[in-house]
Amino acid sequence: MNFKVSSSPHNRIKRKTSDVMLAVILACIPGILAQVWYFGIGVLVQIALAITAALLTEIICLRQRNRSFMQIKDNSALLTGLLLGICLPPLAPWWIAVIGACFAIVIAKQIYGGLGQNLFNPAMAGYVVLLVSFPLAMTLWLPPLNLIEYSLSAWDMILVIFTGYSDQGYSLAQFRTSLDGITMATPLDAIKTGLSNQQTYQEILQQNIFNHDFGIGWMQVNLAYLLGGLWLLQRKIINWRIPLTFIASLFLLSGICYLASPQSIADPLMQITSGATMFAAFFILTDPVTASTTPKGRIIYALLVASLVFVIRNWGGYPEAVAFAVLLANMCVPLIDYYTKPRTYGHVKG
Amino acid sequence: MDSLIEKIKSGYLWDFPGGVFPPERKKLSNHSPIKQLPLADEYIIPVKQHIGHPANIVVQIGDSVLKGQALTQVQGPMELPVHAPTSGEIIAIEPRISAHPSGLEELAIVLKPDSLDNWCEKSPTPNYFTLSKVELLDKLKQAGISGLGGASFPTYVKQSNSQPIELLIINGVECEPYITADDMLMREHANEIVSGIEIFTHLLQPKLVVIAIENNKPEAIAAIEAACSGKTKFVVRAIPTKYPAGGEKQLIQVITGQEVPSRGITADLGIISQNIGTAYAAYKAIVQGEPLIERVVTVTGEQVNSAQNVWARIGTPVQFLLDNQGYKPLKKPRVIMGGPMMGFALHSLATPVAKMTNCILAPSDKALPAPENEQACIRCGYCADACPASLLPQQLYWHSKAKEYDKAQDYKLFDCIECGACAYVCPSEIPLVQYYRIAKADIKTEQLEHEKAEKAKERFNARNERLEREKQERLDKHQQAAESRKKAMAKDQGAQDKVAAALARVQAKKQAKETPEQQETTNKTAQNVADSAVSQDTSAKATAAAAIARAKAKKAAQAKAEQLAKDTDKTPTTEDSAQAKAKAIAEKIKAKRQAEAQAGSDAPAEPDNAAVKTESDNKDTEQGLTPAQIKAKAIAEKIKAKRQAETQAGSDAPAEADTVAGKTESDNKDTEQGLTPAQIKAKAIADKIKAKRQAEAQTGSDVPADPDNAAGKTESDNKDTEQSLTPAQIKAKAIADKIKAKRQAEAQAGSNEQAEPENLANQTETASPKNEPEPSAATDVKSTETAENELTEAEIRQQRVKAAIAKAKAKKQALGDK
Repeated sequence: MNFKVSSSPHNRIKRKTSDVMLAVILACIPGILAQVWYFGIGVLVQIALAITAALLTEIICLRQRNRSFMQIKDNSALLTGLLLGICLPPLAPWWIAVIGACFAIVIAKQIYGGLGQNLFNPAMAGYVVLLVSFPLAMTLWLPPLNLIEYSLSAWDMILVIFTGYSDQGYSLAQFRTSLDGITMATPLDAIKTGLSNQQTYQEILQQNIFNHDFGIGWMQVNLAYLLGGLWLLQRKIINWRIPLTFIASLFLLSGICYLASPQSIADPLMQITSGATMFAAFFILTDPVTASTTPKGRIIYALLVASLVFVIRNWGGYPEAVAFAVLLANMCVPLIDYYTKPRTYGHVKG
Repeated sequence: MDSLIEKIKSGYLWDFPGGVFPPERKKLSNHSPIKQLPLADEYIIPVKQHIGHPANIVVQIGDSVLKGQALTQVQGPMELPVHAPTSGEIIAIEPRISAHPSGLEELAIVLKPDSLDNWCEKSPTPNYFTLSKVELLDKLKQAGISGLGGASFPTYVKQSNSQPIELLIINGVECEPYITADDMLMREHANEIVSGIEIFTHLLQPKLVVIAIENNKPEAIAAIEAACSGKTKFVVRAIPTKYPAGGEKQLIQVITGQEVPSRGITADLGIISQNIGTAYAAYKAIVQGEPLIERVVTVTGEQVNSAQNVWARIGTPVQFLLDNQGYKPLKKPRVIMGGPMMGFALHSLATPVAKMTNCILAPSDKALPAPENEQACIRCGYCADACPASLLPQQLYWHSKAKEYDKAQDYKLFDCIECGACAYVCPSEIPLVQYYRIAKADIKTEQLEHEKAEKAKERFNARNERLEREKQERLDKHQQAAESRKKAMAKDQGAQDKVAAALARVQAKKQAKETPEQQETTNKTAQNVADSAVSQDTSAKATAAAAIARAKAKKAAQAKAEQLAKDTDKTPTTEDSAQAKAKAIAEKIKAKRQAEAQAGSDAPAEPDNAAVKTESDNKDTEQGLTPAQIKAKAIAEKIKAKRQAETQAGSDAPAEADTVAGKTESDNKDTEQGLTPAQIKAKAIADKIKAKRQAEAQTGSDVPADPDNAAGKTESDNKDTEQSLTPAQIKAKAIADKIKAKRQAEAQAGSNEQAEPENLANQTETASPKNEPEPSAATDVKSTETAENELTEAEIRQQRVKAAIAKAKAKKQALGDK
């Protein structure tokens, strides 16, 4: 008889890489739904564009590298496309998503050797390239739909994405302008602009994009991502250290600064419910490939990202800072990992 | 430790990091009691079933053995015997496939049962506490008991630990999925197990015994608790179910919160752990006198119809066990010995049950899917979260795969217990443990090879050293010999002198008879040597040296003159080099005088002069004189030689020599082969003297300038030196010649005239200017003339006597020194 001989363990957990990726993708759904609810169908269009571009690029790359294109089934390219699509402004031109996804797959991932080998988070690398290369298109965020003066149908959005103009001939810039002629931006954008215009934080909050202490729409989106993230934690897909450390340190850092100078900085609750905070905490920072893997290292890594986010948000040139912070921290990961080796059983500390 | 024991007693439990929760699937086999099996057709008993060395086989093919009879006998440490599982005949002793992951064959004793199952004589000792510790340990050893938890470490070795043991942990955790052997044993034989534990406590005298059982075995816990009731030292502790809580290190961490030091043993912490099954085996061995010939084995898996525990005799083929439980083989069958986490897949069902076999698992592909394709590591870090040893399996994997074994060891590769938790959680299905095993094996092989290489290198170095040492010893010996020779020579100057003198004499004699050709050769040689010696030095130095030599000679001559005047016979024995030289020179002067006295007499007297010269030369050379000095001396001797030649002038030269001119150096070697430098020089000088003499003899003229010219010609390089000597020499020679001539004349006249006392003084004076260049030659000439006028026959006689005395003295000294 020809026996099947393999090395122990013969038992394996039934959670493959593709399952892990899929779980993360599923966990994004509440957040995506919230985004669609507040910012329209454009979000889905961007996601679809990015995913398609990412998958196609991945297949081409695998072919070029003489790998089986069945590796596409590991869902990693799918997740990269999804994460990038989520980050894009809903009504950004279609080629933005395509360029970003291609860059993310080709340059940030495959050139490094494919899955598991990349130093930088592909989605964030793609996003940063877009932000640096096409700053205008990348910052044209739409205000929540209920604040827009014109009715914006799904068809209109698709037209804007692919042609630049809606059915009635309105451009994106027009949608972003409120009744009183003030351009409506994201809450973080608004705070940054307001503060630089010598407004106090309380005055800024009077803008119509804010609802009391939170940015309309953005808070809900963040909470939805938090929900998805908690599900991932519960499923033990991601480790608690990175998201918890990240949110806690961002909260503490801005809390301290807010207490010191409440007029010149967004309050900590606003900080953790604005922009990409929650999305980053559970879906970007926890990217297994580019994050630290040691217990202590994960805490240091998340702390580093939080500090960078805080610094860039408040004193940097960009209203949102997660992408830059993540890429900068990615570079430190090998070092962090090396110096945070856990104490092995039976070895004295040190 | 006491407070720790109190804490343990209070029920506190610690935790270990990581760990996984694989599906238990224990329910498959823990419902029916342990089954007794019929006899198999044959039993294959591997000789070595434990960690350590195999014992000596004491049976032969064809032997009939009884159940429980020892088949091997322990002779050394770390050995354990194996026993016949039933009565029957030994039908083979040969390599058979063994219960080992490699599936390789190992020496085994094959037993064919006679179906009688007759026990050999048992020696039960229920009152074992009357036995000494040594006797008890020996009984455990003779019963072949090893750890039945999986590692199969000889129990008697573990129990004979000399360190004080505070805590005995009995491991009934059984954390591997599927396996229920210990569970069922505890349920059915709790009292025997506790009795077995008591044997251990009797041996170790621990303060506390903790029986640890995973909380997924409530029946077993209840059974053991019942068996332990009333025993204050015994604590039954239910521990949380988490793989690998049953690993010795992890269990110690759970029970005590302590960690076994890396590369240390549990006894370092004052803890010893034993498996439940081992305790039962110890009970059987001591109390019932039955050696370890059977154990509980869980035969389970989805491909087994009636999964249950069986009493399997050691050596039972796996096929027999499976067949008894209704085995449904898959198309590509997979049978695992041990659990799904740490067990190994069998290569053949002919593999026998060994002492550490606790489970035979035939899983379905659905339950334990065969490994699929290994995917890329996505650095998820689940492995690090699962590792109970807090290793970084991911980094270990990279470095093991890349064969960067140094780095793998930096990441504590050898602290990996191969529990398989990392590979279990890996979403990329990377067989991590396999990589570690390969890396460990490679490193061990490397280390072995390194050790071998080191030994070889040591041997090579030792050999080289030995050769070097021997060479050095030889060199030292030679050097010592040379030194001692040199010392002896330095000491026995006389002896050497004598040798040299003899040599010179012989040469002189030979020369006297030599054919002209030979003389020419020697002449050439002498010339060459002198040339090279002289030409190497600056003229100034040479001049200075010559002056010094002359001054010395003068001084010595004066001293000698005084000595002679006193006519003392004393032989200086402790002369320093200067004195020796002086003496030599003085003697030369004497000799010359003597020669002069003998003017016109036969040649043989002259070689003595040469010998004296040679002697002094040798001495000087050996005393480490500088080339300049040697040269100076050479010159001085030349002068002397000339003088002698002059002395002989007019007399009958015993040999004829060819003219000295235009010689080739090629002849040198032939002539001088086998001679030491000192000898060569001595000879060269002697030859030179001879040559000059001959030259002078040839010229036959009375003019002293001629020999000088000849010398100047031959030593064209050394003009300066020669020139500096010339005025005095000429003068001296002139005087000497005159004296000589006169003396000869007188001697020939045969007249007997009165001896005058001043003569000696005059003679001395005559000698001095010869050795010292003096511008005012006129006075000397006058005085010499005066002296020469006053020479008498008596004086000549006196001088002759003196010369004879000197000669005799020199000879005596030479002999005495020798």
